[in-house]
Amino acid sequence: MHSVVCIKQVPDSAQIRVHPVTNTIMRQGVPAIINPYDLFALEEALRLKDRFGGTVTVITMGPPMAEVALRKCLSFGADDAILVSDRAFAGADTLATSCALASAINKIRENMPVDLIFTGKQTIDGDTAQVGPGIAKRLDYQLLTYVSAIREIDHDNREIVVERRAEGGVQVLRTKLPCLITMLEGTNEMRYADMDDMFRAARYPLKLWDRVAAGIENPDVVGLKGSPTVVGKVFAPKPRNKRAEIVETIDNDPKNLAATLLAKVFTQHPKLEREIARLAK
Amino acid sequence: MNEPVKKPARKKVEVDPRFVNYKHVWVFIEAERGVVHPVSWELLGEGRKLADSLGVELAGVVMGPPGERTRAICGEAFHYGADLCYLVRDEALHDYRNEPYTKALTELVNTYQPEILMLGASTLGRDLAGSVATTLATGLVADCTELVIEAESRNLASTRPTFGGSLLCTIMTQRHRPQMATVRPRVMAMPEPDTSRTGRIVEHTVTFVESSIITKVLEYIPDNLQDKPQLAFADIIVAGGRGLKKQENFQLVWDLAKVLGAEVGASRPIVQAGWAELDRQVGQSGKTVRPKLYIAAGISGAIQHRVGMDGADVIIAINNDANAPIFDFAHYGIVGNAMQILPALTDAFRAQIAQARKAG
Repeated sequence: MHSVVCIKQVPDSAQIRVHPVTNTIMRQGVPAIINPYDLFALEEALRLKDRFGGTVTVITMGPPMAEVALRKCLSFGADDAILVSDRAFAGADTLATSCALASAINKIRENMPVDLIFTGKQTIDGDTAQVGPGIAKRLDYQLLTYVSAIREIDHDNREIVVERRAEGGVQVLRTKLPCLITMLEGTNEMRYADMDDMFRAARYPLKLWDRVAAGIENPDVVGLKGSPTVVGKVFAPKPRNKRAEIVETIDNDPKNLAATLLAKVFTQHPKLEREIARLAK
Repeated sequence: MNEPVKKPARKKVEVDPRFVNYKHVWVFIEAERGVVHPVSWELLGEGRKLADSLGVELAGVVMGPPGERTRAICGEAFHYGADLCYLVRDEALHDYRNEPYTKALTELVNTYQPEILMLGASTLGRDLAGSVATTLATGLVADCTELVIEAESRNLASTRPTFGGSLLCTIMTQRHRPQMATVRPRVMAMPEPDTSRTGRIVEHTVTFVESSIITKVLEYIPDNLQDKPQLAFADIIVAGGRGLKKQENFQLVWDLAKVLGAEVGASRPIVQAGWAELDRQVGQSGKTVRPKLYIAAGISGAIQHRVGMDGADVIIAINNDANAPIFDFAHYGIVGNAMQILPALTDAFRAQIAQARKAG
């Protein structure tokens, strides 16, 4: 069994702040982390390896500093790591990103067939959930998004049964390998790195592939040139014109504040009062 | 005398000749097991505006198993604003599966050539949109919060949150068609249905060979809806944040919600601390909500939270920090200790409701 896990190094979006005056992003000091959803994907691939043996290869497209993220994955137990990095990839949207990653995975396949590709359900910086489906379509792999559990793998028939989160329930699907799985969060807690793996990860000669090494002959299909979407203006959300009407009473006693608030809200929104009477049990 | 300054000719944006045949605005109508996801109607409301400003027709795309139910969905789509529906019925489309749905939608687009294609950012919509955008090699903008047509170029300008919701950016797909976008449930307003509206149905046959479709649905386990919070469609939400300080204080949010028949929501720190389930998280990485009343207790109003809830009709905020950002977009505010205000509000609402009941 050979699994390829696609990961992304992202800024910890919870720690990004917008400059109050210039409305620009303040990225200084914001740590780069592995996209948390991708860790569920990696853990799932490692669990399959624990059960059935095989190889786990981690791949990312990104700037040279993404090496840190790959070494972290190696320390968790991944066997091999590939950093797909080239200036030609800069400015890629999801279509161009899936092109570069699919092409690199195609290169990986030349040495060893790839049975499963794992990704997180989405990244926390882009939130699009588009790259996984894009890779699957380009490689003509079966696509299983929002997978919450792998029920079984039948190696003889090369079949896999998974549970997939759908809008109003759970779909149980059977498909053939190879396939691409995007993992739902919260399925498996990430393991701790063990000491031996940490030493191995630090010394491991991870592969650095530029565009040509990743098998992309035409530079126009990746990066900004290969991206159909163009980012126009970036701006801060418009402040609402009016600040909240602050309810106050002379004594600011909670009871009086609550009564004053209700009187005000219901006078200005009489429909809401009827609505509340209807909903209240 | 100086020569009069010649005004530079206003640059006219020529429509790319490759796109002249791409017309109409499409909305994919998401129906699982014969039930339409409400986001599809919300998108028809938005699609109507786009189609009107382009002066073109609005179409719904309906796919499903053979039978009357699938056709009946077209009728509902007309009520919500569609002028026509493309209908594909086949046994292979019984349950959602990526392969046949991608094939059918790709084929429809290539045959009838819409200039705009919108889908809901649901699990189904994202799965399908990402696949179809790749097979069509066109642009796709996820989770849009605003869609407008640029008057001169007739291009679609899609605005979406970026950097975890801290900023918005406007994205265009100028050189490819169709221009694709997904929108989360509850971001756009639900249009008022007009049951007198009708439209045309264009039935299209796609040839499927079930034996060559690799993925099979073995089972479908519907959620027990009683056990799951239905935040996205709640009319009233009481939400708590970090200002509640201790886990036991979060009970005060539940108490008020109970009196109001409301759902309980929470900000991200509360969910991360394990005081509330993931399904109750409101905001960029949680649910987008659109209730008639949103009561935020001890929530400062970080932008990540705001993008999930500022579509509420009435927002009441309780926070002890008068400078908290939530007071910049709430409608009513009480500056005070949420632990004291919440119980007082619970009592006040209870009394008010009892009175309204008596009055009949």
